[in-house]
Amino acid sequence: MITVELPKALCSYADENSSLVLEASYKTVGEALLGLREKSPGALDRIMDEQGAVRRHVNVFVNGENIRFLDGLGTPARDGTTIVILAAVSGG
Amino acid sequence: MKTTRGRAPVKKKTRRNPTAKKTRTSSTRNQDALLLVGTMKGAFVLRSDKSRKKWRIEGPHFRGEAVYALLHDTRAGRPRTFAATNSMHWGPTLRTSNDNGATWSEPGPQTVRFPAESGRALAQIWQIAPGRATEPNVFYCGVEPAALFESRDGGESWEPNKGLLNHEHQPKWQPGGGGLCLHTIVLDPQNPRRMLVAMSTGGVYRSDDGGKSWRARNTGVRAQFLPEDQRYPEFGQCVHKVVHHPNRPGRLFLQNHWGLYRSDDWGDSWHDIANGVPSDFGFAMQMHPHDPDTVYIVPIEADTFRATPDAKLRVYRTKNAGASWEPLTRGLPQTGAYENVLRDALTADSFDSAGIYFGTRSGKLYGSRDEGATWTEIAAAFPPIVCVKTGTGGAS
Repeated sequence: MITVELPKALCSYADENSSLVLEASYKTVGEALLGLREKSPGALDRIMDEQGAVRRHVNVFVNGENIRFLDGLGTPARDGTTIVILAAVSGG
Repeated sequence: MKTTRGRAPVKKKTRRNPTAKKTRTSSTRNQDALLLVGTMKGAFVLRSDKSRKKWRIEGPHFRGEAVYALLHDTRAGRPRTFAATNSMHWGPTLRTSNDNGATWSEPGPQTVRFPAESGRALAQIWQIAPGRATEPNVFYCGVEPAALFESRDGGESWEPNKGLLNHEHQPKWQPGGGGLCLHTIVLDPQNPRRMLVAMSTGGVYRSDDGGKSWRARNTGVRAQFLPEDQRYPEFGQCVHKVVHHPNRPGRLFLQNHWGLYRSDDWGDSWHDIANGVPSDFGFAMQMHPHDPDTVYIVPIEADTFRATPDAKLRVYRTKNAGASWEPLTRGLPQTGAYENVLRDALTADSFDSAGIYFGTRSGKLYGSRDEGATWTEIAAAFPPIVCVKTGTGGAS
């Protein structure tokens, strides 16, 4: 089971939920995020582009660590992992 | 600004140029006026009655998101408004409104998306264009990286044009300062198999077979950023905007990254028409809604100094298809005005006395109810304006 915590800006794509639970097992953060396709395709499209890359100004944290400084989307996502999505330092 | 309703100054033009055919493209009698303004921090919807004297400003919609493309369409007998928004964090989204911009959709999955095998990802939608009058559910999007998308179901779903997506020139198209964008879509209203697009940089491409294949159409268009002996290539020009009048579709006007051109043969050849302008650099270009001889531009000093020449904010107008240009200044600042007007930030409405509108990168919105003779400031301090479009309906 993987938990994905969404920022407020993306809750509207998840029936106003700020946390989504993915029941399946995944090996990596990338696989887990793609698992959002079923529960919240709108949120997924705001986190990753259509080539599966995390958008430039989106940060993905796993157990408190930014995956950019781990193995990126290849970072392991063990059962019980919490993935936190945050807006990076940027804005409009 | 004085009221100019009832004037018909364009009558003079028919005498000056007998080939010009003045026509009304759509009836706006008894219609309200709608002005859609896209900025770097959201979109504003402005409403007025047909006098266009006072505007009621709503917004910003999509707070914090850049809105580079807007479209108001009524071909299906009901209003449909599109807004291409782009969040710095969460990427681009195409939104729609069925109530003249009062409320907007919040789509789930992206509807405009590149196929996985293309290796490309949507960076921004730069243009939303309606299909022909006979195809009210057809729409086009020009996007970055340069590609054309088509919808045949009123904007619900979109497919990339494969002829352009896989064009042999595509690997050599290069981004300009704003990105590698397809920003201009021109349809032949008479020939359903012909259409033309323009991109920065890549230049002009035309299809004569319904979009299956595309040929570069840039003969005579300069690429000043290339070595001197290579300045007229087959493709690779940084074309900023192309316009035409639907009643004379084969005659095109082009604002280039250095260069002002006209084509009388659907882009097969281009000829310089920078006759009497302070600079032939610029971005914006707008056709008069009723007169195929009249075009508006806003010259910019240089690529390296993107500001109005001589610190004067001047719209230039030709009433003779580019033989000469005249500055339109009444009501516009003529001192200390270092402004820039981007490629989609100059537009016209279709009222009898055409309204001309433009927005600046400094966030000022100007309008003229008398075809450019006089101007008033509609808004003084919007966020940087990147797109201004018009429509009718929804004021009351």
